[in-house]
Amino acid sequence: MKRLLAHPSLAIGLSATCIFALLGLVSLVWTPFPITEIDIGRRFLAPTAEHWLGTDNLGRDMVSLLMSGTLTSFSVALLAVVIGVGVGVPLGLAAVAWGGWVEWLVLRLSDFVFAFPAVIVAILITTLVGPGAINAIVAIGIFNIPVFARVARGGALSIATLDFVAAARLAGLSNARIALRHLLPNIMSLIIVQGTIQMSLGILSEAGLSYIGLGTQPPETSLGLMLRDAQSLFLIHPLLSIIPGLCIVAIVIALNIAGDGLRDAIDPRLRQGPRNVLA
Amino acid sequence: MSLLDVRDLVVRFGDVVAVNSIDLTLDSGERLGIIGESGSGKTLTALAITDLLPEGATRAGRISIDGAPTPTTERAMARLRGKRIGMVFQEPMTALNPLMRINDQIAEAINLNCLHASAQIDTPQLLAEVGLEQKHGDRYAHQLSGGQRQRAMIAMALASQPDILIADEPTSALDLITQRKVLSLIVEICARRRMALLFISHDLKAVAQVCSRVAVMHKGRIVETGSVSNVLGAPKEDYTRRLIAASRFDVSTHQQHSVGAPLLEVEGLTRDYRQRNAFLLAGKPLRAVDNVHFTIGTGEVLALVGPSGCGKTTLAKIIVGLDTATAGSVRFAGQSYRGRDLPKALRRDISLVFQDPFSSFDPRLTIGNSLAEPLHLETGLDRAQTPARLAEAVSAVGLDPAMLDRYPHEFSGGQRQRLAIARALVTRPRLLVLDEPVSALDVSVRGEVLDLLARLRAQFGLTYLIISHDLDMVAAMADRVLVMQAGKIVEEGRPSAIFSQPQHQLTQDLVAARLPELG
Amino acid sequence: MGPSAIMTAYIARRLIGFGVTLLVAAMVIFYLLDLLPGDPAQFILGINATPDSVARLRLQMGLDAPAYQRFVEWLGGMLRGDFGMSYTQRAPVASLIWDRLGVTLPLALAAMVISILVGLPLGILAARRRGKALDTSIMVLAQTGVAIPNFWFGMLLTLIFAVGLRWLPPGGFTPWGEDSGAALRGLILPSLALALPQASILARVMRTSLVEVAGQDFIRTARAKGLTMDEALWRHGVRNAMLPVLTILGLQFAYLIAGTIVVENVFYLPGLGRLIYTAILERDLILVRGATIILIIAVTSTMLLTDIAYAVVDPRLREGSRT
Repeated sequence: MKRLLAHPSLAIGLSATCIFALLGLVSLVWTPFPITEIDIGRRFLAPTAEHWLGTDNLGRDMVSLLMSGTLTSFSVALLAVVIGVGVGVPLGLAAVAWGGWVEWLVLRLSDFVFAFPAVIVAILITTLVGPGAINAIVAIGIFNIPVFARVARGGALSIATLDFVAAARLAGLSNARIALRHLLPNIMSLIIVQGTIQMSLGILSEAGLSYIGLGTQPPETSLGLMLRDAQSLFLIHPLLSIIPGLCIVAIVIALNIAGDGLRDAIDPRLRQGPRNVLA
Repeated sequence: MSLLDVRDLVVRFGDVVAVNSIDLTLDSGERLGIIGESGSGKTLTALAITDLLPEGATRAGRISIDGAPTPTTERAMARLRGKRIGMVFQEPMTALNPLMRINDQIAEAINLNCLHASAQIDTPQLLAEVGLEQKHGDRYAHQLSGGQRQRAMIAMALASQPDILIADEPTSALDLITQRKVLSLIVEICARRRMALLFISHDLKAVAQVCSRVAVMHKGRIVETGSVSNVLGAPKEDYTRRLIAASRFDVSTHQQHSVGAPLLEVEGLTRDYRQRNAFLLAGKPLRAVDNVHFTIGTGEVLALVGPSGCGKTTLAKIIVGLDTATAGSVRFAGQSYRGRDLPKALRRDISLVFQDPFSSFDPRLTIGNSLAEPLHLETGLDRAQTPARLAEAVSAVGLDPAMLDRYPHEFSGGQRQRLAIARALVTRPRLLVLDEPVSALDVSVRGEVLDLLARLRAQFGLTYLIISHDLDMVAAMADRVLVMQAGKIVEEGRPSAIFSQPQHQLTQDLVAARLPELG
Repeated sequence: MGPSAIMTAYIARRLIGFGVTLLVAAMVIFYLLDLLPGDPAQFILGINATPDSVARLRLQMGLDAPAYQRFVEWLGGMLRGDFGMSYTQRAPVASLIWDRLGVTLPLALAAMVISILVGLPLGILAARRRGKALDTSIMVLAQTGVAIPNFWFGMLLTLIFAVGLRWLPPGGFTPWGEDSGAALRGLILPSLALALPQASILARVMRTSLVEVAGQDFIRTARAKGLTMDEALWRHGVRNAMLPVLTILGLQFAYLIAGTIVVENVFYLPGLGRLIYTAILERDLILVRGATIILIIAVTSTMLLTDIAYAVVDPRLREGSRT
């Protein structure tokens, strides 16, 4: 842990991400104003001592909306990553541990799912069941599956050729045990790094989907939905669009910096430095 | 005045001194060898001379060519390097641009350095000089064999008609026969072109064969330098003496053992790999192992030698149960199997020691956890007995059982290979299959590991099947030798008989490619 | 087998994969949308229609046939360029989509070209000046660019260039046929908005890839021949570094097409995205079906082209020696 935090970019990125996540979590129990409280009389307020970032077109407090919206954006992205990891990683590991037709099937499946960008999945789901935050989770999650399957397979493939895997086979370990005991722990770092990348992509995708009306729906709020609400007004009240947008940018930058830092901290290839010149 | 003069050369990685104040001279036409083990700084010395050090390394000291200090600007140094120095590296696959035809890569070197009209040299001429056919020039690196790639590298190095050739382990990625051919080619070209050679190697015999003068490097310093006959014939330094001793494979405890009843019988074993052509149709199968018969007696050491790709590793994999034969069978202690179907009860009797001690342990598990893994095969074993069994195995290879709680990266290559042998012993097997057991190790520890193997054999009455391409090691260890080529056993006999009177063409080539003993 | 035969075989294999992917995708879309309740015939005739007339229209539209039969008919229709009739717009789906593609495709292409022209040179520059101030500034820019949602960047661009400076129209689209200059001007801001994150990603990937290639043995060989580091990178490095970039490019174009759906919304462009959005609202399933399959065809064929480009650049891949 100390070694990880020795990387400044990782420490900065991680702490910034945690601050945003915490702000979101706090909104579960407390926000400066309830986000459902509509008060037309107080709408379009400029930032004041009471409303630090002003109010929106329905008189809701912007700080409260941001906190709540951050929570939604984070949760959607996180759940989508959980779907991607939960389905993709076992698929990728199975492809390597069993090989043969299992690998073929996993590869074809991931190629196939790649043909469905999240927007298209969201379109299909929305047509089927109507709009909602769940759509965004499922759509982004489905998109994440082949990403994690490929990362897991790629990482495990390079591990599987090493002699200790053959030694485990000689020791009579089953494919599943080899995958769990030897392959998974050795690709964990790759998956964590990819996880932060997919988190930040997920937050951007959620924003896009909610913005065109295929994601989060009122009275829930998300950063993307705030932008959708503000869109018709943004020539007159640009602040209503600029603030949630900046918030997205900040969260995504924080996640990306944390991801880059993690990669530097745990990618053994980068740590080893030049290999063959020391021979 | 020397052609190349290096004074007080220091290479640092941050605070770590990798090359510590060395002096070297190279006269025109002279052939100087630098000998050292991995990490001794010999490669960095070569890279420092040519200003090709990797990022993060800094260099100090004076380097002059023909008495003139080498230029300090990058461009001038690059052009000088191109014009005066040719370089050949260890790994010819990665040293060639994978996306460019060989011809184009050679032509680039010619065009860069031969702008003056007097230089009449072209690609076909160079290809012919290094013994490649014209058609090889039209290929990409991945379409050539290892030896052909290294020849292409040499052709590129010769393009500027340099007066110094620096060859960094040019043959260690090649098989024995090719190795010998490439070495001869380098010597021949240097002699013909009166080119000075700086030859960097860990292989004393190769240096003795190629060079007239030698410098021995150890931990960044040159410990001894002089003519080859003086240094290798009458070494002054202790380190040099140890290196020379290690290259001889004097396995002290080697003696004839009585060979008991057959333990393992291989009967008509064949392994085909399905090949698919570009249209994904089943092509002609590749026969890796072709109708092989042999027997190993209890307590015997049998060696299987042959060039890379001859099928010896595939054969070993089938015997230990990692691969399955297409036809034929293996009979072990009376039970017959074809490979992966090796019964679990028998698996504990056959162990495999891998070639590379660095990849044979999971970096995330303690040594103890890795060593305990094969004990799964002993279904009747009480969990409480595991620590005792691990301690027994680790003690047998001469290490301290306290090491079991540590992780692989804390051990040196030699220690890891001992631990790998301990893992192979933990189930108290009868047959040990050793796949190139010392070829990934430094010369100075090879002897220790071979001694250990000889001792364990005597102590536990083990039977060994050694897979190797190294005839010297085999001669020191084995009771009987099988020579394999293209999946077939082509010759069989006692090592002394086979190496003094080889019958088959391949065996003759292998024996001829053997470099003479030192001294 | 000669090199050209190997190449042909490679392309043939990819084409088969392409066909299978499309077929399965069409099946998924068809059956998913077929699950939906609601009767197009009822919709067309309105709530007050008699059950009798609805039944007659169903028969006429072929809605009573089993699903697989309707699927095959739909497929066959598409092969002839007939995607069915939109029952909300009362027009052939094919011509509706075709009109909208006139906005969406040029937009995605323009964004692609801009992001390549900006992203790749910046990535190469950063890699060659690794660790210097220029590298740091380019990477900070790219880090920010990746994090900016394209549609939000579109809003900012409108605010600055359309509302503030009044250089360009804030939104809407003049059809190509009426005034192609105006049409082009209408696409400038949207394509910039789309291109920014893509260019940033390309710059980052190009830099990483080139830095990695710079550490490889063949670059050292090239330097040993007498080239400086910059020359070696330029002659040998960039081409090798392009391999991972190509993969990203293929995926990017695919997602650019999807991304246009979002950005069209900002600029009120009559593209495929708005067509689909209205179709969903009005539950025009035939239109949704046609438009999504078109999107998937665009995405899949981009990936096919990437694969082929990859094989042209990398001789190892043609022979299948790369997994």
